[in-house]
Amino acid sequence: MAGERKFFDEMHGFGDGVRAPYEDYNTILTNIDTARLKTKAVKAEEFFRRTGITFNVYGAEQAEERLIPFDLLPRIISAQEWRTLTRGIEQRIKALNAFLHDIYHRQEILRAGRIPAHLITQNEAFLPQMIGVNPPGGIYTHIVGTDLVRTGPDEFYVLEDNARTPSGVSYMLENRETMLKMFPEVFSHIGVESISDYPAMLRRSLAASPPPASTSKPTIAVLTPGIHNSAYYEHAFLADQMGVELVEGQDLKVVDGRIAMRTTCGFEPIDILYRRVDDDFLDPLNFNPDSVLGVPGIFDIYRAGGITLANAPGTGISDDKALYSYMPDIVEFYTGQKPLLKNVETWRCSEADSLAYVLENLADLVVKEVHGSGGYGMLVGPAASQSEIETFRAKLNANPSNYIAQPTLSLSTVPIFTESGLAPRHVDLRPFILVSPHAIEVVPGGLTRVAMKEGSLVVNSSQGGGTKDTWVLSDD
Amino acid sequence: MLGRTASGLFWMARYLERFENTARLIDAGFRMSLTRARTARSEWESVLTTAGTRDLYLEHHDSFSTSRVVDFSIANRDNPSSLYNSIAAARENARMTRTALTRDVWESINETWLACKHDFEAGEFRNDLPDFLSGIRQHAALVRGTINGTMLRNEIFRFVKLGSLIERADNTARILDTKYYVLLPSSASVGSSLDRVQWEMILRSASAERSFHWLYGGVMDPGAIVDFLIHDVRLPRSIAYCYDAIVDILNGLEVEYDRRTASQDLAARHEAHITSSTSDAIIGSGLHEFLIDFIARNAALSQQIETDYRFTN
Repeated sequence: MAGERKFFDEMHGFGDGVRAPYEDYNTILTNIDTARLKTKAVKAEEFFRRTGITFNVYGAEQAEERLIPFDLLPRIISAQEWRTLTRGIEQRIKALNAFLHDIYHRQEILRAGRIPAHLITQNEAFLPQMIGVNPPGGIYTHIVGTDLVRTGPDEFYVLEDNARTPSGVSYMLENRETMLKMFPEVFSHIGVESISDYPAMLRRSLAASPPPASTSKPTIAVLTPGIHNSAYYEHAFLADQMGVELVEGQDLKVVDGRIAMRTTCGFEPIDILYRRVDDDFLDPLNFNPDSVLGVPGIFDIYRAGGITLANAPGTGISDDKALYSYMPDIVEFYTGQKPLLKNVETWRCSEADSLAYVLENLADLVVKEVHGSGGYGMLVGPAASQSEIETFRAKLNANPSNYIAQPTLSLSTVPIFTESGLAPRHVDLRPFILVSPHAIEVVPGGLTRVAMKEGSLVVNSSQGGGTKDTWVLSDD
Repeated sequence: MLGRTASGLFWMARYLERFENTARLIDAGFRMSLTRARTARSEWESVLTTAGTRDLYLEHHDSFSTSRVVDFSIANRDNPSSLYNSIAAARENARMTRTALTRDVWESINETWLACKHDFEAGEFRNDLPDFLSGIRQHAALVRGTINGTMLRNEIFRFVKLGSLIERADNTARILDTKYYVLLPSSASVGSSLDRVQWEMILRSASAERSFHWLYGGVMDPGAIVDFLIHDVRLPRSIAYCYDAIVDILNGLEVEYDRRTASQDLAARHEAHITSSTSDAIIGSGLHEFLIDFIARNAALSQQIETDYRFTN
């Protein structure tokens, strides 16, 4: 259609032929007939359902288990593109850890006036209890899932840092497993970086930050809120693949100054807890007193060096969307370098000028809650109806500092397989990064989320988004 | 292993066993209701009594019609022992202990749940009950097959086995107890065709009719039936078989954990109690009393296992 925005398609560029990373795949794809692809798509869904790779949707009746739609066409990234991304991600994560250490210790960045103090001290994700605490190995963010979007051949933006409890890595792994099962021959023709040792890497990376109280080979466990949590499948998957226990709060208690799990033979201490329970619910004695998901006293044990918590409590502040707008300053402050990855221009609605601009341009902007996630509670201006915009305007006026706004990005597309053939859909990318005292490892792949609806820019699974396998090509 | 995981495995197996037993009971009841229309009401009542859900049923209904009892026993969500709730609970426990299960076991349970859920919600079991129940038996056999065929013989397998054996022993005792009066010599119509149908139903409810005829050559004798279901260690649903296996498994856990537990002593005492009494003596001194006593002992052992292996805090 004339006048419509032109989006960058990762397979077909701006309509100028198949791009280099997709050439080999395209050759294979043109030789597979559509009927066979359809059969494979049905098989893939059967596989996911049988395996129980589901997620629970909050707010849906009885927390119904749903499948995330899986698309058979891979998203392909060249080795060169990946190297560029990796460098940018490493830089950003170094800066994030330095930033977290700083705000919980000397707060140099506030003294230097690079970010306003109230953004830290008044922030509900800031944990005063963490002030002066040194996490084992000096690591705050053991596991990160940076959300990236692409708008052109060389244009990558960080959308969110996801340093609190990133999820989705099990989909990355199961998507690859599915593709290996469906198209084994393709992988013998195209060199795709392997991601299958992620669980072993995760285990190694966690084990590298034992707490002072740990005496021998560290015992690791995954802490889940339980089977009704939306990401329970992933918690079980990771514990299973790492060969460690999957524990709930009810399995744990303080025994002799350590956190111990109740086994059939008595209590055994845990050294490192990969916790998938939010800060607030971690410890009813220190945080939310109503929590039944956590362990009373675990934070005291943590402070005393009795256990490693991954990620460290208080890291959630780095996911704050108002702080996000300062990330370029943060990267520069701690690394002394210009940020390699772009930050999306962000208007902080707490500031009067910005608010005025945002209210005037609601129809063109994306507005988000500063603590929101999962695509809940956001406005996508260009896709919203007039009444939705007016509802949001009222919310903004009532509590401006709860919101930020960003331009509507021209998210890149990748073709998906539909009933009527290939069709471009918008995607984002979540690579997974492991941080230990020795290394920052970016797993060569990631979770590609795709908006299954034509034209939609919202890729979240809770909003009907799907996923794709993500291939990083090896250097020849 | 986590105590909670042991608990999940144990209860997963109990619910799976209950799922299968309930299906078999409904099948036996349905067969009786077809062949003996006049006594169908009391047959359905005894099915509910065996399942332990008679009182709950009467809170909802005032008569025992086939369609109501079948609906209640299969798809009713307020009935904790309905097929629907049994398989839902089995799957929930399996999900909780997923890291301890092989992929095959998990998938077979998940598939059973998905298939049944669809049938329950669509009400398809009403159209062809025998077909539906035979489907359930196939699913149950598949699950049991994956458990036996793919699981490591370690603590995980042992807790699964303990759960199914305890549940099965309880079930066999209940089947006998519901019909104990037709097995007594004082029964008014000894040897009548009415009795033989009742005896047949007892055996069928325990999947033991073919085995019984194989061993006893078609001669139906109440003493032999009692002996078979209580004492014969060759029959996998007999009480003696269950206890023989329970004692073995608990001893296996002792070796694995290097720790002796009170459960072992209790199980051994119960086993001796079962094997030391002949069926004549049991019938002489009160079959009903023996069975009631056994059901309580069995429940006490279940409790002791939960305590010894720290299922909960």
